[in-house]
Amino acid sequence: MFTSSYLSASQTVGPFFHDALLREGAHTPILINAETVGERLRIEGRVLDGAGQGVEDALVEIWQANSAGRYNHPLDGRDLPLDPTFSGFGRTATDPKGCFWFETIRPGPVPFAESVLQAPHICVAIFGRGLLNHLYTRIYFADDPAIERDPILRHVPSDRRHTLLASRHDVAGRTVYQLDLLLQGAAETVFFNLGGDVSPSNL
Amino acid sequence: MSSTTIGAIVRGDAAVFPPYLYEAYRSTIKRAPGLPLVDVPLTLSELTGPGPLLSAVTPEDADLTRNAGTGGEAIGQRIIVTGRLLDAAGQPIPHALVEVWQANAAGRYVHKRDQWPGPLDPNFLGIGRCKTDTDGVYRFMTVRPGAYPWKNHPNAWRPAHIHFSLFGPAWGTRLITQMYFQDDPLFFQDPIFASVPPEAGKRLIAHYDHDLTEAEWALGWRWDIVLGGATATPFEHGEVR
Ligand SMILES: [Fe+2]
Repeated sequence: MFTSSYLSASQTVGPFFHDALLREGAHTPILINAETVGERLRIEGRVLDGAGQGVEDALVEIWQANSAGRYNHPLDGRDLPLDPTFSGFGRTATDPKGCFWFETIRPGPVPFAESVLQAPHICVAIFGRGLLNHLYTRIYFADDPAIERDPILRHVPSDRRHTLLASRHDVAGRTVYQLDLLLQGAAETVFFNLGGDVSPSNL
Repeated sequence: MSSTTIGAIVRGDAAVFPPYLYEAYRSTIKRAPGLPLVDVPLTLSELTGPGPLLSAVTPEDADLTRNAGTGGEAIGQRIIVTGRLLDAAGQPIPHALVEVWQANAAGRYVHKRDQWPGPLDPNFLGIGRCKTDTDGVYRFMTVRPGAYPWKNHPNAWRPAHIHFSLFGPAWGTRLITQMYFQDDPLFFQDPIFASVPPEAGKRLIAHYDHDLTEAEWALGWRWDIVLGGATATPFEHGEVR
């Protein structure tokens, strides 16, 4: 008999996580320094609840490949450059209006399967009071033609794909991508069940 | 708990993980997603993650009774909280970051949004972190947290708990959860604990272990953590411990 029944269950992060999870060195909305290789991007957005109100106490984490498309992780042993200045991980909390931001670089494409690439994307996890489990989603870049061929976006109903596409705004010579994360409602963000029941024929 | 509306949307195994909507926990009502989660295959993006990179800890970080930077010691019943961090196959996860936070012995957090009239302890911040050793063992010295009131329902009190944040090897093994204490009298009215299916809820409860207790110093509590999700290669039924 196969079972996942020994796993530890999730519980809400609650409202009191800030001092522990955003302590010095652990609050990382800025993923880059002057030496980091890649195109600078600012990611901004809001976390909104079902009433359209900003979620003032969410924890937002991101994980992404470097500009060459390599993850800083032992499992990614591909012959691509690692950037010692770039971990690929960012963590921040929303402000009283539900806003968050990250300063990072545009990730390179990463593989899906042999000879199939994923469009550049940033993985996102959202935690909060009232979220008994965290939520997994992704940020893609709306103006990137590669999104048309992305194998994960193909799993997403076409009328909901836009909830994963950050729009580009060039502000004073800086590239800003904007995407709100809607926890609930008609325009609710697509959230993923990772490793869920996916039949290969859909791919 | 009296009856409550329980949403159908669950991430992962519904026998283990709580639903997003659990109406008795009122904050879920406007925050739980209402549309089905989209099943997606695991890719390199989810099979990797920041866990192996995160390493900045000092030995003092794991002693919450003395890490307030005041030179003083926290007030309360000293406890040792320890256990193993395991993957879904029951294998230890070594060198992994474990972050914790908790209320003080009186049930009060050092946080601007916690304003109930429980006393603060100047020598207790209630935050800690450590890394698991080569056998996947984490260990904290702290004081037993008090229960605290909240406004979810009349006369609502959270059972004593310690918040835990874990990464494991992959983005998909990320977990934030809460550890509870055996025989807490407040479980019956706590919707956050009750949101977890009963068998899985039992596994969020630490047990007193006299073998861990240090003579004339601190009481020992044991709690193991099992991370699944993205590496969830289901394992053959068997004992984890
Ligand atoms: Fe708490």
